Amino acid sequence: MATTELAPAHAGAAHDHEHAEHPELGFWRKYVFSTDHKVIGIQYAVTGLLFLLFGFCLVMLMRWQLAFPGRALPLIGKLFGEARMPGGSMLPEFYNELGAMHGTIMVFLGVVPLAVGGFGNFVLPLQIGAPDMAFPKINMASYWSYFLGGITMLGSFFVPGGAAQSGWTSYAPLSVIAGEGQTIWLIGMIFLITSSLLGSINFIVTTVQLRAKGLSYFRLPFFCWAQLVTSFLLLLAFPPLEAAGILQLMDRLAGSSFFMPSGLVVSGQALAYTGGGNPILWQHLFWFLAHPEVYVLILPAFGIVAEVVANNTRKPLFGYKIMVYSLWFLGFMSFVVWAHHMFFTGMGTTMATFFQTTTMIISIPSVALLTSLLISLWGGSIRFTTPMLFALAFLPMFGIGGLTGLPLGLSAADIPLHDTYYVIGHFHYVVAPGTLFALFAGIYYWYPKATGRMMSEKLGKVHFWPSLIFINGIFMPMFIQGLAGVSRRLYDGGASYDFAKEVTHWNVFMSMSAWGLALAQIPFIINFFWSIKHGKKVGDNPWQATTLEWVAPSPPPHGNFLTPPEVYRGPYEYSVPGHPTDYTPQFQLEQKAS
Amino acid sequence: MEIPYTVAERPDTGLNNGKIGIWLFLASEVMLFGALFATYLMMRTGAVTWPRGDSILNVPLATLNTVVLISSSVTMVMAWASLKRNNFAKFRLFQGLTVLAGFGFLTIKYIEYSHKFELGLFPSTNTFLAIYFTLTGLHGLHVIGGMAINAYLWGPGSKLWKTDPEHFTNRVENSGLFWHFVDLVWIFLFPVLYLL
Repeated sequence: MATTELAPAHAGAAHDHEHAEHPELGFWRKYVFSTDHKVIGIQYAVTGLLFLLFGFCLVMLMRWQLAFPGRALPLIGKLFGEARMPGGSMLPEFYNELGAMHGTIMVFLGVVPLAVGGFGNFVLPLQIGAPDMAFPKINMASYWSYFLGGITMLGSFFVPGGAAQSGWTSYAPLSVIAGEGQTIWLIGMIFLITSSLLGSINFIVTTVQLRAKGLSYFRLPFFCWAQLVTSFLLLLAFPPLEAAGILQLMDRLAGSSFFMPSGLVVSGQALAYTGGGNPILWQHLFWFLAHPEVYVLILPAFGIVAEVVANNTRKPLFGYKIMVYSLWFLGFMSFVVWAHHMFFTGMGTTMATFFQTTTMIISIPSVALLTSLLISLWGGSIRFTTPMLFALAFLPMFGIGGLTGLPLGLSAADIPLHDTYYVIGHFHYVVAPGTLFALFAGIYYWYPKATGRMMSEKLGKVHFWPSLIFINGIFMPMFIQGLAGVSRRLYDGGASYDFAKEVTHWNVFMSMSAWGLALAQIPFIINFFWSIKHGKKVGDNPWQATTLEWVAPSPPPHGNFLTPPEVYRGPYEYSVPGHPTDYTPQFQLEQKAS
Repeated sequence: MEIPYTVAERPDTGLNNGKIGIWLFLASEVMLFGALFATYLMMRTGAVTWPRGDSILNVPLATLNTVVLISSSVTMVMAWASLKRNNFAKFRLFQGLTVLAGFGFLTIKYIEYSHKFELGLFPSTNTFLAIYFTLTGLHGLHVIGGMAINAYLWGPGSKLWKTDPEHFTNRVENSGLFWHFVDLVWIFLFPVLYLL
């Protein structure tokens, strides 16, 4: 008979929260300018959530204009001033401002900081059994650089002419001749790029160097792999955007012509640029970042979903190694597909063929990941906890987002679809009900580790079901409108086009769904704050999980573990035959009786 | 729990944290300058006419600058080697020379820049000058950054030598790696901009 015995690492289960070697820090060092990865992770997560809410508010304003073009916005419309919403009805310039800043804020200030800065910082060192990140001070600098970038972006709303209006992609030459807001946008981006550079170096070094004893690479939880590959993408893809940002700043401030073609005439006026530049160069440099960025948005989500799925099906992940290899292949391939965003620029067929081929190839590892997670459900005794509901919803939602992307990867199908709402529907399915749902799953899943208390399951379900319905109500009709040919760049939602008459009634439906989605977040916000004080108190391992973060006390003290943890097995040993419980933690030493 | 491998090497990777960190940072720098060199290629191949570098730029001054910068890389290695041999006085000497060479480089660059401005040559003049000013300007910022770190390690940062000599030696080595990278970028910039 096999008998189990707790490993020495786990033996000190009686929690002693006192730590002689870490003297109490003052309030500012402990909660504000902290170098503790957990505090930084929570700072990132909370700031990211606030920016997500702000970015969502921007788009809700846009949805009013799309549903009821030109009509005055009741109650709050007048607050935006005569320059933006005279009499409460929106000007096109303000609509452009909202659109550009919605994209920028959601991607660079919301999702990535929450997925990488928040979850990565909080969970990664715990999962690999490290006392902290490898460079705690650089970690703090990373957060504050992000914070400055966020403040800069918010501040740009108050400069003359308003914030950036050239889309989150800031295509030249429009962005070069745009108002002051664009310069502020570029400066803000440089802060954000610096932040993610510092963060990604930290993540890679931490994963390589600070793994606990016995934690070989193939015993790493899948979440760690996802963060590692994501960090490499951030490390190598962001610098070209920084270069592009510098070049655009040069064009705007020093009058150079990197992105300005010869003989450009705007509103009948020849511009004072010498020309000779190439506007397509901006797109190349931008998408060289922004395609890997798509995977930066989705890979941490896969990591979270994998943890939650393995834990709630009570069985090992199907094809763990295949998933890891897929991840690396995906990361590598994401650097050679960028021009599929640019079929519209009239590139030659040779170029288009290359990028179509790589795009079709990159869908293979994505499908492998999704299929592995799907098969992981098979034969499991599934617990339908709130994190699991979000993780389960992620699978079909990401599936819809991914499959609708295939036609966009082929030049011939992309050209009629590219400028329509179809594209908006496609990538929002990946990022909103995809990544965001995974992030919610992560919040519900790791909340007890961060606070020692569970979030309310009841409120969690009240959050989940309406969110799922409303979010589909927003994005599904976009495919209908897109296939009918409605352009995604119209400020009146297609009302001025005859051919769009058949489908414009969906605009009201989508806007109602968006506002409904906002209401559906109220239970989450209440749950998030209420549970800090009133949630059900739980022990260190409320989900009966196997990975290392669950051996640390909840919440973990400075330095994380009471004794250095040691690892004896793979990450997902659930329902091992002959074992008395249905989970065998990585830190548990099992000895056979002789 | 202290963070492990800040000074000692992890047995299975054979590296300490700082060494991996600086190499990763350099990898991202390669991507940054790589994107700018790619821009140079796109500008040049797309241009109707492209001036030869030596018809606009001052090749003798740039050659002198190349010599100055390569010499500073040599003194940088000497500074690190002096620490390895436990000779702190020599480290101060060579580290000081490295910082001075950085100053020399920037002074010569300043002479070059101001001469261009006197002639009315600006980034807005043509795309050749635009990429010239962008690349050399960004490289200049890297020189200033490297000098700041080296000056810190020469001055206040060298206190660490008394308490943890190995840690200090590692810091000098890592800042040296960055300094060599800055040097290497110039080795590419010089022929691309001045000679081709």
